[in-house]
Amino acid sequence: MNFNIPFMRYRRYATIGSLVLLLLSVGSLSFKGLNLGLDFSGGTLIEVSYEEAADLIDIRDLMTNNGFDDFQVVNFGSNSDVLIKVADKNGNSQLGDVIYKFLQDADPSTELKRIEFVGPQIGSELRDQGGLGMLVALGMILLYVAFRFQYKFALGAVAALAHDVVIILGLFSLLSWDFDLTVLAALLAVIGYSLNDTIVVSDRIRENFRGERGFEPDQIVNRSINQTLSRTLITSITTLLVLFALFLFGGDMIKGFSQALIIGVLVGTYSSIYVVANMLLGLSITQDDLAIPEPEGAEFDDMP
Amino acid sequence: MVLSIGVIYSLPNLYPAKPAIQIAYTDSGKSADQILLNQVKDILQDQATAVESVGLKDNNIIAKFDSFNDQLAGKAALQKILLDEAVVALNLEPTTPQWLKNIGGGPLKLGLDLSGGVHFLLEVDIDSALDNRLESLLNEYRKKFRDDRINVESSRKDNKDLVFSFASDEDYNKALRIFNEDNITPLGTPLYDLTANSARNLIELAYSQSAIKEIRDYAVGQNLMTLRNRVNELGVSEPIVQRQGSSRIVVQLPGVQDTTAAKKIIGKTANLEFRLEAASTTSRLRKEEFDWQDERMGSAFLEKNIIVAGERVTNASSGFDESGFAQVNITLDMQGGRAMQKATNGNIGRRLGVLFVEQKNKSVLTQDADGNDVIEQTSYIEKEIISLATVQAVLGTAFRITGVGSPQEASELALLLRAGALAAPMKFVEERTVGPSLGKENIELGVRSIIIGLLSVIAFMLFYYRWFGFAANIALFANVVLITGFMSLLGATLTLPGIAGIVLTIGMAVDANVLIFSRIREELKDGKDPQTAIQEGFSRAFVTIVDANVTTLIASIVLYAIGTGPVKGFAITLSIGILTSMFTAILGTRAIINLMYGNKNIKELRV
Repeated sequence: MNFNIPFMRYRRYATIGSLVLLLLSVGSLSFKGLNLGLDFSGGTLIEVSYEEAADLIDIRDLMTNNGFDDFQVVNFGSNSDVLIKVADKNGNSQLGDVIYKFLQDADPSTELKRIEFVGPQIGSELRDQGGLGMLVALGMILLYVAFRFQYKFALGAVAALAHDVVIILGLFSLLSWDFDLTVLAALLAVIGYSLNDTIVVSDRIRENFRGERGFEPDQIVNRSINQTLSRTLITSITTLLVLFALFLFGGDMIKGFSQALIIGVLVGTYSSIYVVANMLLGLSITQDDLAIPEPEGAEFDDMP
Repeated sequence: MVLSIGVIYSLPNLYPAKPAIQIAYTDSGKSADQILLNQVKDILQDQATAVESVGLKDNNIIAKFDSFNDQLAGKAALQKILLDEAVVALNLEPTTPQWLKNIGGGPLKLGLDLSGGVHFLLEVDIDSALDNRLESLLNEYRKKFRDDRINVESSRKDNKDLVFSFASDEDYNKALRIFNEDNITPLGTPLYDLTANSARNLIELAYSQSAIKEIRDYAVGQNLMTLRNRVNELGVSEPIVQRQGSSRIVVQLPGVQDTTAAKKIIGKTANLEFRLEAASTTSRLRKEEFDWQDERMGSAFLEKNIIVAGERVTNASSGFDESGFAQVNITLDMQGGRAMQKATNGNIGRRLGVLFVEQKNKSVLTQDADGNDVIEQTSYIEKEIISLATVQAVLGTAFRITGVGSPQEASELALLLRAGALAAPMKFVEERTVGPSLGKENIELGVRSIIIGLLSVIAFMLFYYRWFGFAANIALFANVVLITGFMSLLGATLTLPGIAGIVLTIGMAVDANVLIFSRIREELKDGKDPQTAIQEGFSRAFVTIVDANVTTLIASIVLYAIGTGPVKGFAITLSIGILTSMFTAILGTRAIINLMYGNKNIKELRV
């Protein structure tokens, strides 16, 4: 496939589009916030399965009768599987056992699938660690790209990554999807994936800047994007294929993970085309920025 | 070469694990022997249970079965007869052939989310351990100053400091000298941070950072040991009890189904009771009889009145007395010291007993309404005398037990004392329980999504790239084999997110090949002949592939560093996947394409 799409002609619209998405995401994040999963919020979660479809109203009544007030009862996966979440600020680790006991007393066929308890302290620690890890990853990538390419590329790459991460977070906030540890893992995998794309495009831009003189920067960028487009699309397709396999057949415990990655691959593909190129042109990249450095010996002449 | 290593080490995963039963003596100090082995063999033979093999393996007896039904029948039979003598636990035993084992091969370890089981994270409350230490330290110095006739105006504990104020300069200087003399740990580092104010005759004392670290290590180490002993009691096949960070302990019990019972045993506390020996004239109502092996009668009477219990013990260690005999040093907190002083005052010459109190479980064979055998677990409290020694002086916060026999016996007694007095309280801060059915379900779903993902990528590549796609597919397949091989070799644990990592790697692994193929296409378009185009395609794509993969590797290493449990599993598979996919895509595909097109004069090349 040969492409010759004038991507850079539309770059203003893309910028506006990205900015709108980013504003929406930041807005949703600051007003609505993330629906933090158990890993980060702390509390108790218990999953049980029944032989037949479970009566959620009955279970809710049972919970209320046993003195619980801040809890959620939902179906998980199938209608015979039930997930109960209890927010508990005191960090009582016995709740799961207590709940399972009265559920089993009410219906002996109740089968325990899992209990998770995360103390409030651990929750906030995981939260801090996750945020810090994200920043460390971005920082190290910035350094590596700056070292291998040039700082303008590094800024472009990190801007693209931040763009992807913020939009995924925004979507999770907007749709009130649970944000837990596996989603955080997916987010870091998105960083890895999107970076992959970005590097491939940047690499081609660098090569074309060095190899061909006498073109406008936006022409060179445009051609580089077109040259790498078929590879970008094919890799996105194969990755999406496996992610959909995971989403459809992988079970409910990693649904959030595959959701985050699917969005991430879509947004990441877009950002490696537009965000990086936009940043580079915005920072007015020139051929001199990418000139192959003079042989080292030349520098010594300038030394006093 | 690398591929063949990958193939060999991924082989063990093809041998299914066999249901097995693990049998060990309840007394964890005793390793399984021929006697127990024969007993097990006899029991299984009597019950006509179809057992495949029975043998000794690292202090345990392992009986393998062909089916899960046989395994359950075997367990019931063994438990009925062995009861409390041995711990009988269900297990899965890998059937890796001997030659693979010899070169270090073995199947993948499954994480808790795949095998089912419990994960606990316990936090040791260091602050309260520190508080206890400070309390008893305050008491020690008060006593010392009294003995040395140093006039203390006031002394108190203020948060993490001890504050002493003295009546005169002379008292102040004497006290300061004592503090300075004591201010050294066995390692030579300062024990205290001292703040002396000579104008106001005030001395403030706090534990130094290194001393706090030592107290913390002691408390965590102590709790760790106690936990290990308790977990052994559960008879879990591959338990993990590990320190995590500075003050946390992870306990993982794969395959445990009754979590409530597990939690009870882990969370239970052994205790100590210090009681005076009852005089022969004491009425029956006020004394109790306990077994005591050193006595001619085999038992001894203690008063019912408890002087001090385990929570008052802050430390116990073994050492030597002036004449070189083994002894045990015990330190109590302030309240305990006061009680001990009151009780021993006027009772010099009588004997002081130490009772070890433990909650234990017992299996009892009963019959239910239908006349079936049922094994019931009941818990009971066991009290046993671990020391009975003559009081030679009025005791306070710190005293010693001499005449305890060999240094070995002294350290055992100290260990028991410490086990009875949990060095610092613990609380559960995280708990994850995965039922066995969910674990099995997760494996099935995971394997299914790997297969579907792999097949759809293979189909797509074949459709889009034809013969080149075929080469890429072989590389992809080799990649999956390599990932499982290396993970088995490294002993990494496979978790559900780990499976997700493998699936993701499958999708991303073809990327390197796609890069190479599109380069070859471009070279062909520029009018290069096929052989040169292939050469150029590989070499020009190489730099891009390395850059792209190194950055992804950075992200996954960060993920490994910050992640816990399942997320770490994802990071491991992703990192291994990146490395192996670089290898297979660059070298593997090249080899295959050379095989297909090398040395041939191709006129036309379709990529």
